[in-house]
Amino acid sequence: MNDELSLLAIVIGVLHSGIRLATPYLYAALGETFSQRSGVLNLGVEGIMLVGAFTSFYTVLQTDSLLLGLLVAAVSGAIMGLIMAIVSVTLQAEQGISGIGLYLFGLGLSGLLFKQLLGTPTGLNGFSEWRVCVPGSESLCLGNIPILGEILFRHSPMVYGAFLLVPVSWWILMKTQWGLTIRAVGQNPTAADSLGINVAQVRYWCVIVGGILAGIAGASLSISLLNVFQEDMTNGLGFIAVALVYFGGWSPIGVMFGTLLFSTVNALQLWAQVLDLPIPSDVAVMLPYLLTVIALALPFNRGEKPASLTRPFERGK
Amino acid sequence: MSRMSRLFETLLPLWATLVALAIGALILLLMGADPVEGYTAMFTGAFGNKNGLADVLVKATPLLLVALGIAIAFRGGTINIGAEGQLIMGALVTAAVGVGLGESVGKWVGIGLCIAAGTLTGALYGAIPGYLKARLNVNEILSTIMLNQIAIQISYFMLRGAMLDPKQIEQGTNVPQSARLGRVYDLPRFTDIAKSLGYTESAKNLEIEGFRGELYGLLVEPTRAHTGLILAIVMAILVYVLLWRTTVGYRIRMVGQNAAAARYAGVNVAKYTTLSLALSGAFAGLAGAIEIVGLHHRMFEPEAVSAGYGFSGIVVALFGKLHPLGAIPAALLFGGLLVGGDKMQRAIQVPNVLVTVILGLVVLFVVSSEIIVKRRSARRVGVEKQTPLENPPLNPPRREGEKKEGKEAQP
Repeated sequence: MNDELSLLAIVIGVLHSGIRLATPYLYAALGETFSQRSGVLNLGVEGIMLVGAFTSFYTVLQTDSLLLGLLVAAVSGAIMGLIMAIVSVTLQAEQGISGIGLYLFGLGLSGLLFKQLLGTPTGLNGFSEWRVCVPGSESLCLGNIPILGEILFRHSPMVYGAFLLVPVSWWILMKTQWGLTIRAVGQNPTAADSLGINVAQVRYWCVIVGGILAGIAGASLSISLLNVFQEDMTNGLGFIAVALVYFGGWSPIGVMFGTLLFSTVNALQLWAQVLDLPIPSDVAVMLPYLLTVIALALPFNRGEKPASLTRPFERGK
Repeated sequence: MSRMSRLFETLLPLWATLVALAIGALILLLMGADPVEGYTAMFTGAFGNKNGLADVLVKATPLLLVALGIAIAFRGGTINIGAEGQLIMGALVTAAVGVGLGESVGKWVGIGLCIAAGTLTGALYGAIPGYLKARLNVNEILSTIMLNQIAIQISYFMLRGAMLDPKQIEQGTNVPQSARLGRVYDLPRFTDIAKSLGYTESAKNLEIEGFRGELYGLLVEPTRAHTGLILAIVMAILVYVLLWRTTVGYRIRMVGQNAAAARYAGVNVAKYTTLSLALSGAFAGLAGAIEIVGLHHRMFEPEAVSAGYGFSGIVVALFGKLHPLGAIPAALLFGGLLVGGDKMQRAIQVPNVLVTVILGLVVLFVVSSEIIVKRRSARRVGVEKQTPLENPPLNPPRREGEKKEGKEAQP
């Protein structure tokens, strides 16, 4: 065992990584929450993330502008979302399968662009830690608060953005007219339609917003957390984000708690490997996935599934 | 309906694939490559010579078996994204049994035991999401995706531990792979069959030239082509019989089409949901078993063994219109596309992931084109649909354009 690391330092480390690792899941899962609340299961999140991760990475490499990279990720995510919306809303295709199609498309496209434009993995300087300090002072910073500050306030802006998005999404979905419309469309599109709501339009916007956030989720990996791009670098992360939406009961708050649970277990297994605990690394890597399956099977009440989820809407039916 | 339009509908997946290939050509152009040259390299690389053809058959085998499983699940009303994991688990256990047998039993008993073990493992691994869905209402798409990752980690755990090749330990390289299965348990290759039938002369010696020579070479000369394909085709016929000629198959399809009606008719829906996913897993597990005894002869990197067949198998199943017999030509076509992609990469330096892009587009176009069929059949029965048959609502919902119709229909 490592002597120089006290138990406290380990706990701080695990919780800090847990929050950090939650970032891509949060962006993707919150976006997917909008999509699913409107009745569309977008299983292509993984593919969108890969495209977002590459386009932002390449933009930053070329222009050195992180914000431009983020913007490009959002735009490419929106385009991928639009494709999904056309297929699943206008053309009323089976959503589970079309999502797999979008995943394969994104996986192939990001790999193709990577091989054609870069060829070999390189690194870049992504978003760095954002220090919130008292103006004019170097040491009076939130990140210097013992324990709590070290866990909560030593992150990149992408991390804060993800957590800020939780109350914002909750407020939009639960407290605004838009949110009510979205939920109505997901719950009973026929009734919403009869009230003059344009069901297809609402679903288009929700899937596109989901795409934008999935693109940003990809960017949060390639230009903030890892600062590299590799083929298939998301490695199932987007699919887990979809599962977290189910787990979180289609509520942004629930999704956040599910994500934190998942990412903290992930941080634990990473730290277990760093500390050389006698757990085989393969078993450790498996734990978060196993946990997700078990969590999905637990019979506690996790809120009502949008009644029209995966069901295309057709007038007069 | 005219014969022409029926033909158009039957061949929809083919049109979808052609559109996807056209977009692939556009991408090739954007990348500064000549699409004609690229697709020519793809086609001749896959179908133009005996080694290409052999590779196509080798890839078509797991594609077909996985697609059969996907089709069964689909017909039973579930979506199995977990073929990847089921295939890996099947391959892993096949290798474990094969290595464990040493050379203690005869050739056919050994191969039989290996394949049975792999198939059974796949079935059990498929039954997990089936049971979770049937009893605990867990979405099978999500659970199967998680189980894919779990299967990969289980494989690495075994391959780095109990199943690690003793030679790797000796040499100190510790590459995570199992020992080689006994050579007696190799599935016969085409060339072995030919030899036992007395054909040993090469095409060159017999002066058979051109494509006929390559075909002869495929059947007689040493290539990677093995008899797993024949088993897969037999399985396709058996699945057809199962689904359309037996009670079990009828019930699986009934549950898939209308679970509520099936329950009302006395069918145990939970049982048949679990069964269809277990069967689906069995075929993916069988694919993994065949990959081991027919091709790799040892277990190694699980992602390389599954090679994305779990996902490309979905494309094959869709292309075959979820019909077991339709999956046969589909598997050959997409086997060709996968092999051709590699050849194209070598010929004109275009990354072979272009094939993944095309596969994704095929899926998107095939599922999107379903609406054409739906619209057409709706038009055909349109006359009956316009008049509301049962209990028109007292206050019919107001919709632009439909308002008049609704009023006319009111008695």
